Amino acid sequence: MTQDKLFRTFSTTIVWFWLSVFALVPSFLLFMTSLLVHGDSELVRLQFTVDNYLQLFNANYLRVFLRSFLLAGACTVGCLLLAYPFSYLIARSADRYKGILLLLVVIPFWTSSLIRSYAIVAILKTHGILNTFLLWVGIIDTPIQMLYTDTATLIGLIYTLLPLMILPLYASIEKLDTRLIDAACDLGANKIQVLLKILLPLTLPGILSGCVLVFLPAMTIFYIPDLLGGAKTLLIGNIIQSQFLAARNWPMGATISVALTLLMSMMLFIYWRCYKHKKEPMYESY
Amino acid sequence: MNRISRLAYLMAVYLFLYAPIFVLVAYSFNDSSYSMLWQGFTLRWYHSLIENIDLQVVAFHSLLVGVLAATGATSIGTLAAVSLYRYNFFGKKLLHALIFILIISPDIVIGISLLILFSTLKISLGFWSLLLSHITFCIPFVTVTVYSRLAGQDKNLFEAAKDLGATEGTIFRRILIPLLWPAIIAGWLLSFTLSLDDVIISFFVTGPEFDILPLKIFSMVRVGVKPEVNALCSVLFGLTLALVLAYQYCTWKKRS
Repeated sequence: MTQDKLFRTFSTTIVWFWLSVFALVPSFLLFMTSLLVHGDSELVRLQFTVDNYLQLFNANYLRVFLRSFLLAGACTVGCLLLAYPFSYLIARSADRYKGILLLLVVIPFWTSSLIRSYAIVAILKTHGILNTFLLWVGIIDTPIQMLYTDTATLIGLIYTLLPLMILPLYASIEKLDTRLIDAACDLGANKIQVLLKILLPLTLPGILSGCVLVFLPAMTIFYIPDLLGGAKTLLIGNIIQSQFLAARNWPMGATISVALTLLMSMMLFIYWRCYKHKKEPMYESY
Repeated sequence: MNRISRLAYLMAVYLFLYAPIFVLVAYSFNDSSYSMLWQGFTLRWYHSLIENIDLQVVAFHSLLVGVLAATGATSIGTLAAVSLYRYNFFGKKLLHALIFILIISPDIVIGISLLILFSTLKISLGFWSLLLSHITFCIPFVTVTVYSRLAGQDKNLFEAAKDLGATEGTIFRRILIPLLWPAIIAGWLLSFTLSLDDVIISFFVTGPEFDILPLKIFSMVRVGVKPEVNALCSVLFGLTLALVLAYQYCTWKKRS
């Protein structure tokens, strides 16, 4: 019996130890740093303040937050509109094709998003594929500026994050009992009614998981605007990165991260409220 | 929607997902430094990759960290999954929540939290800080993979083993490990890929003397599109493809 206890203590201790040191303590340190003062000679001065949090309401930061929100929101909506019919079609296709169709979504999901964003650069740049093609066909006379615009960033974000929307949507559409749709049709519901009253409410968990999984990274993948949007587009991720590495203002960078984490918690809270009665974890699609 | 428009929609989205990657791979064979026009087939860019000593060192760093991080994360992540499934212990709910939060947390928040940790502990940024960070962010993915396989198992199996006198250690070695083997390998492969692909967390927790592939590519890509980068990205894409297929093979049984 003691040996049993030993094994059990051993495994729980290792797990707890690791996650405490490398997940809990760092989060705590992050929060503490956000309450400190930025020093001129050293990184942080041990002096408590809430000034950093007040700074967040500075017009410059608010503008970035708003911009980041809009861009991430547009990306989420774009992914949802593109992915919903797509996931529906995969979920309703014949079983023997399903595996391969899904595999084709999983491959880009696993591929480095840096490589995929780089591929977008090669397509959109002034002497890139798309311009060369359009010139060759004769639709345009001079190359148009596509790279280094907000649209390019948006395309890049949608392109990179689309699989994260498709997979949870697929998981919840796949589980849907199709007899409900047949029943609704038999009872005289039209297509719009079926969509609004049956499909959307029943697949809401999938929709919400997909939105959370897309929205959060969309605000923080700093290398996508870096590569596609030039320096003009700033996401929250870009600001945190520059506070840490260029301005070396760690407390401010930490404050923005804490704000971001709070935002994430709010989204999760809403998610859990909607999801309460269903006992499937949102990450099951991994 | 009729059949044809359905098919067209599916194809259009797949085209959107794959066209850029295929273009990238195709142009890594294009015999021209600047033009996007096709100038003929060449392996020149792959040759210059192979001859680039600097790049070889960086690639070695990435593979080393990837293998070690995947192994570490798989060991701890598997223990976590088994503990969560079998035992009741202090803070079990919290551990569940923590793993969930780690999966969904933005990479940048994890990256800078770890950066602050390492600077507080005066650990210099380089191999060790990178390895510890990679193990940490891979653990939850292994736990989820292994846990989902555990959840489908018959609990009576463990009771029977216990009745027959097996200790917890024996159950782990003789029953759990063989049962979970495909999920453990799948978790390892997933961790390896995540480690190999990570940009954001590594960006904060590694130093200049220990460069890894994604960061190297990031700095190369910032300068512009170059055929060598195309070749390098194509090689990495090929590697990812192999890993995905291996992963699918390992988890196949579970589905069918």
